[in-house]
Amino acid sequence: MEIEVNGKQYAVRYPPDTPLLYVLRDELGLTGTKYGCGEGQCGACTVLIRGAPRRSCQIPVNAATGKPITTIEGLEREGKLHPVQKAFLDAGAFQCAFCTPGMTMSSVGLLQTKANPSDAEIVQFLQGNICRCGTHPRIIEAVRLAAKTMQERGR
Amino acid sequence: MSAFKESLITEPERYEFSAAPIHQFELARRNFFKILGAGIAVFVAAKEALASPQETAPGSRSFHNEELPKEITSWLHVGEDGTVTGFTGKAEMGQNIRTSISQSIADELRVPLGSVRLVMADTMLTPFDAGTFGSRTTPTMTPQFRRVAEAARNLLIGVAAKEWNLAPEKLVAADARVTDPISKRSLSYAELARGKVLTRDLPADDPITSATEWKIAGKPLPKVDGRAFVTGAHKYASDLRLEGMLYGKMLRPPSFGATLTAYDDSAAKAMSGVVIVHDGDFVGVAAPSAHEAQKALDAIHTQWKETPQVSDKEIFTFLKKNAEPISNDRFRRQKGSVEEALAAATYRLDATYNVAYIAHAPLEPRAAVAQWADGKLTVWTGTQRPFANRDELASVFHIPESTVRVIVPDTGSAYGGKHTSDAAIEAARLARAAGKPVKVVWTREEEFTWAYFRPAGVIEVRSGLTAEGKLTAWDFHNYHSGMSGIETPYDVANQRTEYHQVPLVLRSGSYRGLAATANHFARETHIDALARVAKMDALEFRLKNLSDTRMRAVLEAAAKSFGWPRRKTQKGQGFGIACGAEKGSYVASCVEVAVDRASGAARVVRVVEAFECGAIVNPDGLRNQVVGAIIQGLGGALFEAIQFENGRIKNAHFSTYRVPRFRDVPEIDAILLDRKDIPPAGAGETPIVAIAPAIGSALFGATGVRLNNLPLVPNGLRA
Repeated sequence: MEIEVNGKQYAVRYPPDTPLLYVLRDELGLTGTKYGCGEGQCGACTVLIRGAPRRSCQIPVNAATGKPITTIEGLEREGKLHPVQKAFLDAGAFQCAFCTPGMTMSSVGLLQTKANPSDAEIVQFLQGNICRCGTHPRIIEAVRLAAKTMQERGR
Repeated sequence: MSAFKESLITEPERYEFSAAPIHQFELARRNFFKILGAGIAVFVAAKEALASPQETAPGSRSFHNEELPKEITSWLHVGEDGTVTGFTGKAEMGQNIRTSISQSIADELRVPLGSVRLVMADTMLTPFDAGTFGSRTTPTMTPQFRRVAEAARNLLIGVAAKEWNLAPEKLVAADARVTDPISKRSLSYAELARGKVLTRDLPADDPITSATEWKIAGKPLPKVDGRAFVTGAHKYASDLRLEGMLYGKMLRPPSFGATLTAYDDSAAKAMSGVVIVHDGDFVGVAAPSAHEAQKALDAIHTQWKETPQVSDKEIFTFLKKNAEPISNDRFRRQKGSVEEALAAATYRLDATYNVAYIAHAPLEPRAAVAQWADGKLTVWTGTQRPFANRDELASVFHIPESTVRVIVPDTGSAYGGKHTSDAAIEAARLARAAGKPVKVVWTREEEFTWAYFRPAGVIEVRSGLTAEGKLTAWDFHNYHSGMSGIETPYDVANQRTEYHQVPLVLRSGSYRGLAATANHFARETHIDALARVAKMDALEFRLKNLSDTRMRAVLEAAAKSFGWPRRKTQKGQGFGIACGAEKGSYVASCVEVAVDRASGAARVVRVVEAFECGAIVNPDGLRNQVVGAIIQGLGGALFEAIQFENGRIKNAHFSTYRVPRFRDVPEIDAILLDRKDIPPAGAGETPIVAIAPAIGSALFGATGVRLNNLPLVPNGLRA
């Protein structure tokens, strides 16, 4: 079995029903994607599958074969941060930052379908991502900031 | 062996009573320079330390017999490349101290922030530290590192003075250089440190730069290593992978207090690559992958004898009934005569407040990677108390503390919940049996069940007022939850506050602000109710009974920005106010709520919070802490509660234990009062204490219903 992560093909030896999260973290060493609950309730494990944000703890690895997967490690291009990463940095939108990869991937997913989301739409979309440190207002600000940058660049 | 060695009685503040032990420092000075290279180093020792610099050429003098002075709390090294390294036993877990301490060092040493790095929470490399808790980092580390940096700066000036044969007072240190303003000669710190092995021990009373003169500290600078966090590059303890590492999992009892009566691991033993440890009540497995470990765990058959346990339905009655019968002087503060004052009061108000168990639920669960090599144990783990973890590991494995090293990578939050060494002990036990490194990461369910909670409590208050609304009698009794924040800041001549110990029901421990959340909720809710009894505005009543100027200042700042007192403009609208002080900082919160009478839904619409913690080291980091405390406090105020029955946690998942999410977050305005005339205090805890009573006060304003229990509205509000 093979999966494609961040444009690279990886052979997978873990059993096909293993949640993608554990394959990414333990087998492939892509530990930027976090375990927060294993039950699809916290969003820390969010990755993009065919561009759509998905909870990798809820997806058996065999359901992810043949579909391009993007993790937090795959956002940076030639040493340049993705606008969402840059916006989180500029807005200081983290404390312990354990939720940051999941928040970032969810926000990238949101901005791919909605270039200029309202605050209510951001709140609605990120409802499934937990930030236990209470950095929510800055995260909303970061998504707004990223939307602005991406629109100015014409993406 | 037992993973849980708990005293059966809660201590009012678990850590406050343990004095710092005398410690052996593994890192002798020679090792210090061996690790960091030549340069200059300054060590903070308490009083007896040498005040004059000792100069040596590398290699010419032996440091072999030199032990580091006792009670060293921080140290600093300026390397030959100009890199400045600070060492502290404190841990970073989101409170942003890596940045704020670096700012203070850069500021005092007169170097750019970018040349400072901090080695934190590593029992081999950093000075002993009791733990990162109690809002102690900023008040202790800021002045210590400033004194250290100031001494290092003077050492560097001294080297330049010697070189140029000038008096040190004539030279200026700025931007990592020492300059002679007359001749314009100048040497960089790197040049000055090159080839030197210079040390200085520091007396505790060196003068440091006043907050009004700060240039790098006091600024809202971003997190020093923020990039590593937005790229996923930072390795938390749970992210570490060592060569040949196995994944460990623990077999947990079905309920609290259950004992193992039958055990059969024959099926699991037959699985290849699996290591099983059955040692007393410890049952754990390690395997090359997490799924193999889980499979082996599932194949172990056990039977347990369960014992009756207290459930949440009866907890408050239980706590009251099982309190220690004899009052303990240590836990009581008293002045005047409460009984006489109560009898003479014009108005009386008595009430009881109940506070539920809640969970810290840090997003990174407890995690540890343990490795044994040559009889020595190294553990990487997310903990607030690396040195206590080291001591516990040494104790359970019967090995000297000098053979255990605990390293804390910057951690995925804790909030008082990561004091213990559970995951570290589990990983180390499994690793010893396996002969390979083992990683243990708790599941969310384990985290919600086998960690520890903010204790539940019952608080009884009796009080009396004069006809004019002056507080004359205050009698305050806390059962079980703790003593932090128990003393009233109000001016009241006759008062008694007392903490009553109760044997533990659920495993309990520190939480953000400890019992200050519970004590402030009870006190401020009661004060709010007293204001109505006296027919006074809640702010006016407080100011009438408060002479503490710092408390008055935060109340007035919050009230002004909020527009207190406000009139309702819509149905279901309500406004509340509360204040508090703890650990040298002051807070006041104003809250607006909206209650939908049909559905009973209660929502916090707006929070204005004023906070004052002396001179602000980093206003951006501080704002983040304050807003975070408001949002976390909102969860405990409105809906967070651990449900338990028959020794089982009934809501050990994020689907059933509700934490604040984006939709719960109100409009928040944090007002930071910068008191440059007061040394900086910590800010991790106090911003949380006033939010619950302010919300309760606002809900009363909206509905006329007084809610005396936390959480206030776990199932909504019907009125």
